[in-house]
Amino acid sequence: MSTALYIWLDPNVQWILFGSMLLGLSSGVIGSFAYLRKQSLMGDALSHAALPGVCIAFMLSGSKSIGLFLLGAAVAGVIATFGIGFITRNSRVKQDAALAIVLTVFFGIGIVLLTRIQHSGNGNQSGLDKFLFGQAASMMLSDVMIMAAISLVLVTVCSLLFKEFKLLSFDPGFARGIGYPVAFMDQLIMFLIVVAVVVGIQAVGVVLMSALLITPAVSARYWTEKLGMMVVLAGLFGALSGLIGTFISASGNNLPTGPLTVLVATAVFALSVAAAPRRGVISKLLLRASVRTQVRREQAEVSGERRNRAV
Amino acid sequence: MHKSPLSIHGLSVAYQKKPVLRDITFEVPEGNLIGIVGPNGAGKSTLIKAALGLIPRLHGEVTIYGKPYAKQRKLVGYVPQRESVDWDFPTNALDVVMMGRYGHLGWIKRPGSAEKKLALECLAKVGMADYAGRQISQLSGGQQQRIFLARALAQDATLYVMDEPFVGVDAATEKAIITLLNELKTQGKTVLVVHHDLATVKEYFDWVMLLNVRLVAFGPTEPTFTAQKLQETYGGRLTMLDRESPSALIVNGRSSDVDGSIHLA
Repeated sequence: MSTALYIWLDPNVQWILFGSMLLGLSSGVIGSFAYLRKQSLMGDALSHAALPGVCIAFMLSGSKSIGLFLLGAAVAGVIATFGIGFITRNSRVKQDAALAIVLTVFFGIGIVLLTRIQHSGNGNQSGLDKFLFGQAASMMLSDVMIMAAISLVLVTVCSLLFKEFKLLSFDPGFARGIGYPVAFMDQLIMFLIVVAVVVGIQAVGVVLMSALLITPAVSARYWTEKLGMMVVLAGLFGALSGLIGTFISASGNNLPTGPLTVLVATAVFALSVAAAPRRGVISKLLLRASVRTQVRREQAEVSGERRNRAV
Repeated sequence: MHKSPLSIHGLSVAYQKKPVLRDITFEVPEGNLIGIVGPNGAGKSTLIKAALGLIPRLHGEVTIYGKPYAKQRKLVGYVPQRESVDWDFPTNALDVVMMGRYGHLGWIKRPGSAEKKLALECLAKVGMADYAGRQISQLSGGQQQRIFLARALAQDATLYVMDEPFVGVDAATEKAIITLLNELKTQGKTVLVVHHDLATVKEYFDWVMLLNVRLVAFGPTEPTFTAQKLQETYGGRLTMLDRESPSALIVNGRSSDVDGSIHLA
């Protein structure tokens, strides 16, 4: 108990927890749209694609600046999405296979570059390997400030363009018909996913980042039939996962933050699948049981009447 | 000068290398109910999607009331195929209908009470007033189609373009839809409908377009919808049950007519 209290009071830890919360929030919000647009795997591809982008940004600049990383990851993400689009359009390969190819190629390049950087003898590189699985403890105050600013921009864009994103997710054909620049908005959503990935890369790492984009959104879908509510809930679930995951990681047992955060998010998901009203497994079982008894009672009444009539 | 609601000149569309539409030229007369019919793969949906700029065209010119579509979007209401969206989306019927107002609202601005009132009126017009708050996955196919129709009504357009609105709906919904389309017509609006049921063409539409990659015929239903022109459109895939009455037509689609001959009973 005393260590837990100590952790809460440490201003460094407070910043880190705040950062992880923001990360969970923003990835939950943009993840909702990715999930509804059936682009769950796109988050996976984009987060894996971020690794070579970050490595190249580091190799060119020699500094661990989150701004440059964002740039690198964004460029790599755009190349990856174009690559996926190119393969899908110009070959018989379907999108899922194209995603798998691009994802693994980018991740492979990323690992090669990362290994090179580690053997380069650059003292500044230490901690870059944490980008694989995340280490929230390595975040500095300046990182958290930038993360906060980026998250704020992301959430603001999503709330301002909520109506547009909703229509784009539900019926892109209709959206195009009334004059929305659908291709541009597609790219915008991709870019926001990249932004969320970059925000999360330090805390959660590229390997598991996609879980944080999708799991809170899927969990939130269980609890509500309203998109606005779903986005808010996804943000909340994400923030909660980030907070608890980072807290356990920071408690001194030196476990990586990413896997812990994802495990918490998955626990929320399991709870949602089981206990959510209407869509949840338990509520469905209860509903079916009540319908069954009702039907049985009605049948009993009908046959009872018949018997009475016969008598 | 009076401008046609939809005028298409020399339109060609291709998917990959295969042309789906070749050199289509026509002018839609105002205030009519117009059916577009043709066999599977004739390019019916492609035609309206290309006209509305939803898919790229190879060449050709499309004007809505004399101007390019990009300038006339608010005059056009569009009803896509029902299957084109995932109905397990977290939203309700009223919300979908309000999407019809998004084009008028402009960016960022959220729909308010005026939009809500209009959307409720449109729901009432398609007989779905009681379902405003219903989650859309809980609606039947016919009800979903009516919601799409209500959304197009909310667009408050003068030209309506509908992609197979009668597919997979029950008889009651089909009747409700056709009543509504006739109402739109009496208001002077023009309605273009992609249709697949040849038996109802004469009953439903003033004008008909026969399409099979090329434009076979376009004109008032009575002189246009003839057995001969239909054979031209459908090739050997048409079976005529009664030579005298072209309304007794059955389209075999992909089935028995392997030899491509036309059976006259």
